[in-house]
Amino acid sequence: MADYKKPIPIPTPETQDFWDGAKREELRLQKCDACSAVIFPPRPFCPSCSTREVSSFTASGQARLYSYVINERPAPGFDAPYAIAIVELDEGPRMMTNIVNCEQTPEALVLDMPLEVIFEPITEEISLPKFQPAGD
Amino acid sequence: MEQKSVAIIGAAETTDLGKIPNLAQIQLHADAALNAMADCGLTAKDIDGIATAGDSPASVAHYLGITPTWVDGTGVGGCSFMLHVRHAAAAINEGLCEVALVTHGESGRSRIGRGGFAAAPATLPGQFEAPYGPAGPPSMFTIPVLRMMKETGLTLEQLASVAVVQREWAGMNPRAYMQDPITVEDVLESRMIAYPFRLLMCCLVTDGGGALILTKADRAKDFPQKPVYILGTGESVETPMISQMEDFTSSKAFRVAGSKAFAEANITHSDVDHLMIYDAFAHLPIYGLEDLGFVGRGEAGAFIADRNTAPGGKLPLNTNGGGLSYMHSGMYGMYALQESVRQMRGIAPAQVENAKVSVCHGVGGMFMASGTIIMSNESP
Repeated sequence: MADYKKPIPIPTPETQDFWDGAKREELRLQKCDACSAVIFPPRPFCPSCSTREVSSFTASGQARLYSYVINERPAPGFDAPYAIAIVELDEGPRMMTNIVNCEQTPEALVLDMPLEVIFEPITEEISLPKFQPAGD
Repeated sequence: MEQKSVAIIGAAETTDLGKIPNLAQIQLHADAALNAMADCGLTAKDIDGIATAGDSPASVAHYLGITPTWVDGTGVGGCSFMLHVRHAAAAINEGLCEVALVTHGESGRSRIGRGGFAAAPATLPGQFEAPYGPAGPPSMFTIPVLRMMKETGLTLEQLASVAVVQREWAGMNPRAYMQDPITVEDVLESRMIAYPFRLLMCCLVTDGGGALILTKADRAKDFPQKPVYILGTGESVETPMISQMEDFTSSKAFRVAGSKAFAEANITHSDVDHLMIYDAFAHLPIYGLEDLGFVGRGEAGAFIADRNTAPGGKLPLNTNGGGLSYMHSGMYGMYALQESVRQMRGIAPAQVENAKVSVCHGVGGMFMASGTIIMSNESP
């Protein structure tokens, strides 16, 4: 982890629960207590109905591949080519991620393929949620 | 403005003042905004105008769940918010929005979640996008396109045809950076940048500049050039995070800005003689044609490939060659506006005969923002 060269997130009070969850290998989302909207990225209110009454919960970690590009250009810490992906969680929200344990090719990366979350520890405090092809 | 025509109906500060180490800067905006909404009994759904400084109005609008039809990010230091109020009053009088929200939030002491290079990893894009390796617009602006292709049937050949047709226009323009004709095969064999995007589907990177001077229409004929009248305008923002774009096959900011401009101008699509759609990448004209309503969903790729936007076609588009072939300095919108003005004056290198109405549509960020200006050369 010491020579990790990629950007490292810095949690804020509003996102601390998400990153604490990731460290425990839990994917944390929020749900509005009033209108049941599922919220990501984290914020302590609901952008659908503006109430501040929201609760955190642990998501299933199941998702599907929604869209991506395979970057061919250099980026600090990354070995091109690599896919920058958007996944749609079973609970609804979408998030950017990388797809791991999978070839970074159009043939291997098929839209709507089922995925599951795994957590990659990058510092003492931060584990990044990434996704891999779902097991049987 | 007319006296007493606009009023402040809600007002509040953040719940705490002084040291607030438990809130990021964006949440300070939101905390004050939610308190002001409570003060007058409204929610974000009642608000259609947003103004702020220090942070992007797109960040604040998306964070709060506001879909604005009026946006002001005027940033001129500590008095910015007085200016925002003034602009908001003018905007309301003009019908650009009905309920405008002006926010201020600044973690000046605790410096939690502030933007800028050093603190970027604490912003939402810094936490939830940057760790996964997006390396600028070519690998970010392009991310929705595979989904667009799957959902609508858009093909790589159609995407390539955008670049081919615009090169045809550029070939008629001596100031265009790239003028030599290209084929769909040339585009599809050019260097891969970020699958599925190849080099010739990406904009140029060049140097340049431009400026516009506007005045009241009733004075316009006192000047030597043929006047170009502003017929309709629209704007919106969606999200600063491409991953959070609501619909990967359609830009909400495009739809809101475009429909607002068309309504203001009181025209239909058949009234449009000339069209500019900011093309940082080949998919932008596709999204633009569909989101502005010139064609139906999933029809823009074939519409371009079938030469409807090419020289001699029924809807001349990006007649300067666009960002793909004419020039792209990084903030291309000025050049799209300049081409619309040239077409309305009747002096464009690839002039559209008898053109009377031009629609000029711009994008900001990566599907983050949009503005639409409709021009006419007919006197009021």
